[in-house]
Amino acid sequence: MSAGSAQTQGNNPVKEVLSAVVRFAGDSGDGMQLAGTQFTETSAIVGNDIATLPDFPAEIRAPAGTVAGVSGFQINFAATDIHTPGDIVNALIAMNPAAFKAHIDDVETGGIVIVNDSEFEKVNLRKAGYPEGYNPLDDDQFNQKFKVYRIPITRLNQESLADTGMGAKDIGRCKNMFALGLIYWMYDKPLDTTIQYLENYFGKKKKLPQVAQANVTSLKAGFHFGETADIFATRYHVAKAPITPGKYRKITGNEALAIGLVTASHLAEKTLIYCSYPITPASDVLHYLAAMRNYGVKTFQAEDEIAAVCSAIGVAFAGQLGVTGTSGPGLALKAEAVGLAVMTELPMIILNVQRGGPSTGLPTKTEQSDLLQALFGRNGDCPVVVLAPKSPGDCFDTAIEAVRIAFRHMIPVMILSDGYLANGAEPWMLPDAHSFDKIPVEHPTDADTFEPYARDENLARPWAIPGTPGLEHRLGGLEKEHISGNVSYDPENHQTMTDLRHEKIQKVCEFIPAIEPHGNAAGDLLVLGWGGTYGSIITAVDNARKAGHSVSAAHLRYLNPLPQNLGELMSRFKKVLIPELNTGQLRMLVRAKYLVDAKGLNKIQGKPFLIEEIEQAIELMLDGSWGSRESLTPRAHQVTVDS
Amino acid sequence: MTTAIPDAPKLTAKDFASDQDVRWCPGCGDYAILNQVRKVAAKLGSRREKTVFVSGIGCSSRFPYYMNTYGFHTIHGRAPALATGVKIANPELDVWVVTGDGDGLSIGGNHLMHILRRNVNVNIMLFNNRIYGLTKGQYSPTSEEGKKTKSSPMGSIDLPLSPLSLALACEASFAARAIDVDRGLAAILERAALHKGTSFVEIYQDCNIFNHKAFNYATDKQAKLENTVTLEHGKPLIFGKDRNKGIMIDANHKPQVVTIGQDGVSEADLLLHDEHDERLAFTLSRMNHPDFPEPMGVYYDIEDDCYETMLDKQVADAVKAKGPGTLEDLFNAGDIYTVEG
Ligand code: SF4
Repeated sequence: MSAGSAQTQGNNPVKEVLSAVVRFAGDSGDGMQLAGTQFTETSAIVGNDIATLPDFPAEIRAPAGTVAGVSGFQINFAATDIHTPGDIVNALIAMNPAAFKAHIDDVETGGIVIVNDSEFEKVNLRKAGYPEGYNPLDDDQFNQKFKVYRIPITRLNQESLADTGMGAKDIGRCKNMFALGLIYWMYDKPLDTTIQYLENYFGKKKKLPQVAQANVTSLKAGFHFGETADIFATRYHVAKAPITPGKYRKITGNEALAIGLVTASHLAEKTLIYCSYPITPASDVLHYLAAMRNYGVKTFQAEDEIAAVCSAIGVAFAGQLGVTGTSGPGLALKAEAVGLAVMTELPMIILNVQRGGPSTGLPTKTEQSDLLQALFGRNGDCPVVVLAPKSPGDCFDTAIEAVRIAFRHMIPVMILSDGYLANGAEPWMLPDAHSFDKIPVEHPTDADTFEPYARDENLARPWAIPGTPGLEHRLGGLEKEHISGNVSYDPENHQTMTDLRHEKIQKVCEFIPAIEPHGNAAGDLLVLGWGGTYGSIITAVDNARKAGHSVSAAHLRYLNPLPQNLGELMSRFKKVLIPELNTGQLRMLVRAKYLVDAKGLNKIQGKPFLIEEIEQAIELMLDGSWGSRESLTPRAHQVTVDS
Repeated sequence: MTTAIPDAPKLTAKDFASDQDVRWCPGCGDYAILNQVRKVAAKLGSRREKTVFVSGIGCSSRFPYYMNTYGFHTIHGRAPALATGVKIANPELDVWVVTGDGDGLSIGGNHLMHILRRNVNVNIMLFNNRIYGLTKGQYSPTSEEGKKTKSSPMGSIDLPLSPLSLALACEASFAARAIDVDRGLAAILERAALHKGTSFVEIYQDCNIFNHKAFNYATDKQAKLENTVTLEHGKPLIFGKDRNKGIMIDANHKPQVVTIGQDGVSEADLLLHDEHDERLAFTLSRMNHPDFPEPMGVYYDIEDDCYETMLDKQVADAVKAKGPGTLEDLFNAGDIYTVEG
């Protein structure tokens, strides 16, 4: 916590801090995601800048009480402009021994640890894997390092709901609200947003007014416990961040993608048809869109990944906005069909919310290891346009941009989001609905001049759609003859068509902005990134600049084609560092394409970069101790050079 | 099937022929099917611009190139999925899926299963030649057990499946069988085209290069009288060159070949075909040569809602209930808060 001035309010002094990182952790059935989301909502509404990092187990209900079943939710809320969920936890709420064990290492020295003491008994300690007879709460190493508060949350919650006549199980379900109430008190936050939510969700939507009431009671009980128990020395307050005035909502990457796609469909006056097969962490996009039928949205839950992409191609052929969404393993299954879309030059969107791989990998964790799959993972020379959003809110703009490019250039466009962006949230300023340019779409009707594979100035072929008299034509996966679109096995023609498919991508270059450095236009080091690592990179570079280093950042949204000035930009810096959550995929491309000796910071741990890790890498690059190594990997938050 | 626009000139079979040379092997059964389809399209007053042929991979899947309509020659096994997308995007289109025993039952089996249960309003023609033709003669999911091919030199040990049993198990609302060179094909295709929902037609097709005469028992003038039985709704199942044989259901609910006039069997004892009886359709689909005459015609035909229509209805209902969503509504959904200047 960054310290500020202290003030006093009632018995407990309230200390001003610039930001705080709080992590809720408990069993996956403990409602930690709800507690975290509510805390986020309230923080946003009181005017803090926010960034979140939910962390779910891969199993829906791993055995209760085990470390595998721990679910966490981290939020960074600040009085300043922030871009990441925070490197280190200032306050941990651990609802059981397993949650304590899984998360205690991330808490800062001197940090706050609130534990649900009721759950620290024999059985749970054993389930968490602690040795018989050992309770970490009695261990001095923890008590000396942290401010540990042992609060019997389960029991206190039970007592506060004793009069309700509810069963023990239902009462137990409210304990997350007790914990949340306590944290609200500790960070001086109002309860009304959450009370309203509980009343709407349980009371109105689920028609369970008793449950709503019980949750509200628990929430207030937690808050009052903080007030009266007098065990906490200090409370904290994080002031409003200097956010541009306007109307806001909190948004996750998956929400932003859904809203962006719907917006694009309205701008193009096309029906959005989202064809998808459930897969973590992309399914929420399907869920959001399925609830938007009144916006004219159709969703099609296909029988498998291949059917999902093929039906989206069918949608494109028939003249509407076909989108398929998936995650890495699903993209692998779609590969052949994406090739069909490239061959038939139909405009469609393929959304890949990346997760840890290979194979099933780490379904609920983030990674950027599908870049090369997105660019090259198909048979034949088969280029598609690839875009990557940099933050949850940026998913909205990227979705619209993807549709614009697909329709203008008659080409499939892939969006590479990731698990971190998908579930992470940030404040999103509501755009002005009238501020967008329409997305123009033309369908030819003149039978006399129509040729299926004739091309306009962007090398786009005409999008003739079934239902148009005189324009009947046949598409397919076999090589097409230039202009006529008939099947052709002619060698020269195949060369021409392959070249054209690549030139089409280069044409997109003429429409994309030059990449602008963040910081000086030249200097000692350029930190080049893409996609979801933006927040960590930009913060680390800003910190390094404040420390007087000659460092700039540049972030790629367009991965194919790359911006025209990228090579020139890199040439203005002595060194280039590319941090990626993979083994160095962009680095490989940059080295191959520009013959630049770029170095990599490569983390493949299912987690986003810590700011600190990038700062360390910047230091190592600048002080020369990095040496000639091509890449380094952070281990336990430390980027080190072994001698 | 779309009905003719009153003042649009009626098209002939020839109008449905594209300018592409047909490239199947001489003598291939596909030619006969192509001719029938063009005739049916003309007869039903189909519009070229409203018709889409979608196919997968295989000899039969070249079909769309030869129709002067919209067409999509997709990738192996995926035609039903792509056709579903076309129908969802534009339910007005008249969509046909052309597939084969390898394309539809092997690599694309999953998509066939799901288009049938969703009852998307398309017409599926499965050209069954019991062999892989385009890849030059490997056994297929409908090849008989023990079949010797290049990939099964000691005989295939795969048990073949019945396309119609599969279709019925997948909740097909229309299932029929026809033969490439048989005159009955056109009538069956007409009914398939007029059916609302997925219509599934298995067509016995002769691959005269790799599996010639596989269906001789059902196509030879004489043999077919003994080896096939024509289905007519409400009529008894009678066959044989003397029209004196029939199918009866025995005490164990199993079909049985009987001779009229023998053992006290009269025509009144024979099984009557009922196109709306699911169990009967399935029983018929299990009747295989040489134990039984193979039924030809419409096995099953019921009316049910179509996927794309129900999807459109959900959109309309949602718009009615919540009003048509605008961008303003879209952005202002969720918990909005204001940051003051
Ligand atoms: S290989 Fe067989 S199925 Fe294919 S075109 Fe030739 S005859 Fe017809």
